[in-house]
Amino acid sequence: MADEPAERALARTAGGRASERPGDRIFSGSARSAGTFILVMLAAVSAFLLVEGFPALAADPSEVGLFDGENFWQWVFPLVFGTLWAAALALLMAFPLAIAIALFISHYAPRRIATTLGYVVDLLAAVPSVVYGLWGGAVLAPALQPSYTWLADNLSFIPFFEGPASGTGRTILTAAVVLGVMVLPIITAVSREVFLQTPVLYEEASLALGSTRWEMIRTVVLPVGRGGIISAAMLGLGRALGETLAVAMVLSATGVITVNLISSVNPSTIAANVALSFPEAYGLNVNALIASGLILFAITLVVNSIARWIVNRRADFSGAN
Amino acid sequence: MTNLYSAPRQVNTFKGVTLPTYFFSVTAVAAVILSWLIFTVLRPAGDEEYEINIALVAMVGIIIFALLVFVASLRVEGRRKAIDRLAGILVTTAFLIALTPLVSLILTVVTNGVVRFDADFFTLSMRNVVGEGGGAAHAMVGTLIMTLAASAVSVPIGLLTSIYLVEYGSGKRLTKWITFFVDVMTGIPSIVAGLFAYSLFEILLGPGTRVGISGSAALTVLMIPIVVRSSEEMLRLVPNELREASYALGVPKWLTILKVVLPTSIAGITTGIMLAIARVIGETAPLLIAAGFSNDFNFNLFQDRMQSLPNFVYYSYVAQGSNPEAYLDRAWAGALTLILIVMVLNLGARLIAHIFAPKMSR
Repeated sequence: MADEPAERALARTAGGRASERPGDRIFSGSARSAGTFILVMLAAVSAFLLVEGFPALAADPSEVGLFDGENFWQWVFPLVFGTLWAAALALLMAFPLAIAIALFISHYAPRRIATTLGYVVDLLAAVPSVVYGLWGGAVLAPALQPSYTWLADNLSFIPFFEGPASGTGRTILTAAVVLGVMVLPIITAVSREVFLQTPVLYEEASLALGSTRWEMIRTVVLPVGRGGIISAAMLGLGRALGETLAVAMVLSATGVITVNLISSVNPSTIAANVALSFPEAYGLNVNALIASGLILFAITLVVNSIARWIVNRRADFSGAN
Repeated sequence: MTNLYSAPRQVNTFKGVTLPTYFFSVTAVAAVILSWLIFTVLRPAGDEEYEINIALVAMVGIIIFALLVFVASLRVEGRRKAIDRLAGILVTTAFLIALTPLVSLILTVVTNGVVRFDADFFTLSMRNVVGEGGGAAHAMVGTLIMTLAASAVSVPIGLLTSIYLVEYGSGKRLTKWITFFVDVMTGIPSIVAGLFAYSLFEILLGPGTRVGISGSAALTVLMIPIVVRSSEEMLRLVPNELREASYALGVPKWLTILKVVLPTSIAGITTGIMLAIARVIGETAPLLIAAGFSNDFNFNLFQDRMQSLPNFVYYSYVAQGSNPEAYLDRAWAGALTLILIVMVLNLGARLIAHIFAPKMSR
C-alpha cells in the first residue's frame, strides 16, 4: 500500500498524462487548429468559387455577354483546348532540355561550376512571371517573327505551320516558348535534386562493370529517378497550365481552336482570358469567368493527382528513398 | 646484359584506343568554319542585304561537330564510346541552348531597366502622370503592405501546421488529410487564388470590391502550402535524439518544441519563409483580380484598390499611352526592381541557411 503513490508517479511520467499540462494543451491545440484552418480554407476556396461560378451555368446563355450566343460549355471549350495545347507544347520543348541541363549539372559539369549553376537555376525559377511576359512580348516575339515567315513560306504543307505568318510574332508558339523558358528552371531544379540522390554505390557498381558514363546514366540514374522526373514534369505542367501573365502579355488571342502555330489567329488560355477580361467584366460575365477558373482548378487538380499517383506507385521501386 | 629501359613500351591492353584531345579542338574549329562556308555559299545571289545569322551558323556548326566526332569515335573507339561521346555533346548543347533565352532575359531586363532606375522611380507615384516621369513608389508600398499582411497570416499558420504534422499528428487521420490537401493547394493556379479572394470579398462586401486585403488573402492561399512544406521538411531533419534527451530531462513536449526543435531548425525555416515570400512577391495574376490597380499611394489595406509592383509592370506594358517609350521604360525598371528584390531574398535566404545552420556531426 505504501508504495502506491510512487507507482502512480511513475505511471504519470511514463504514461500519456505528461502531455496534459496546460502549456501542452494550448500548444497542441493551436497547432491542430492551424492544420484544420488549412482544410477549412481549401473548402472555402472550392465553395466560394462554386457559389460565384454557378450563376453563369444556371443563367440563360443569352444574358451573358461574354458567351456571344453560345452556352457556357461551347464558350469554355476553346479555352480549355488552348490551355492544354500551350502547356503541352511548352512541356514538349522544356522537358528534354530540362532533363539534359539537370544531367549536365549533376553528372557532366565540374563540381565547382555545378554548385554555382544549380544556384543560378534556382534563382531563375524565382523570377516573377510578369518579367518573363515582358521579355516574351518585347524581345522574343519580334525575334521569332522572321522564322515564322520562313516556316510559312517553306513548310506550309505541315498543318502546324500553315500560316499566314503573324506579322508581330505574338503566336501560340511564342507563348509556348515563353512558358517553356519559365518551367525549364522548375523542372531542372527538381530533377537535378533527384539525380543527385542516386545512390553513389549503384553508380560506382555500374562504372565498375565497364559502363561508359552515358550507359551508367541510362541504366542507373534515369531508372532510379524516374518517379522524381515524372513528378518534376507534372509540376512544370501544372505551372504551365495555370500561368497567366506570360501568356496574356505575349499572345494575341482570338479564342479559336486551331493547331496552326504561327498565324495571328490563336486559341487563348483560361488563365490569360480571365486576366484580360476580368478587370472590365461586370454582372454575369464575372460569374462566367469565375466558372472558367473553377474548370482550370479542376484540370490542375487532375494533373497533380495523376503525378502524385505515379510518384507513389514508383516510390516502392525507387532506390532514392 | 639487357637494358630494362630499352624494352618496348608497355601497352595497357585493357585500355582501348582513344581519340587524342587535340582532335576535339581541331574538329570544333573545322565544324564552325564549314558551317560558315555553307551559309556563305548558299546565300541568295544578288541579295545585298542578306546577313548571316550567327545563331544558325552556331547551330549547324554544333550539328557538324557532333556528326564528325560521332563518326570518328565510331571508327576508332567503337560503338559504345561513340554513343557516350554523342550523349555528352547533346547534353552540353542542350545546356547551352537553354542558357540563351535565360541570358537574354537577364541582359534585356538590366539594360532596359537602368534607363528609369532613378530616384524618381522610387519616390513618385503615377498620380497625374501622362507620358514621361512618374514612378512606382506607390506600387512598391502596395506590394510591401500586401506581402507583409499575407506573411503575417501564412507564417504562423504554416509553421504551426508543420509542427502539428511532425510533432503531434504522426499516424492520425487529420495528418493524412492535411498532407493531401496541402499537396492540392500547392497546385492551385495563382489566378484561381485571385478569383477565390475576389469571390470571398464580393460575398462579404458586395460586388466589385477590390481592396488590398483581398490581394493579401489571395497571396495567403498561395503562400501557406509553401511554408508548410518547407518547414515540415526542416522539422523532420531535427534528430530524434535531441527530443528524447529533452524529454529525459523532464521538459514538457511544448517546451521541447519551443526550446529545442525550433531553435535547431530555425535557419532552415527562415530560409523557407524567405523563399516563400520571394515566390509570392512576384505574383501578378491574383492581385490583378483581387486588388485591382491604381495610380495613387494607398496605405489602407481595407479601403480602395492597391497597386503592386508586378501589376505596375503589367499595366505599363499593356496600356502604353501616347508615349509608349516612357511606359515601356517604367515597365523595364519595374521588372529590374522585381528581379533584384527576388535575388536579394534568395541570396539572404541562402546566407542565413549557410551561416546559422546547426553544426551537427561532421
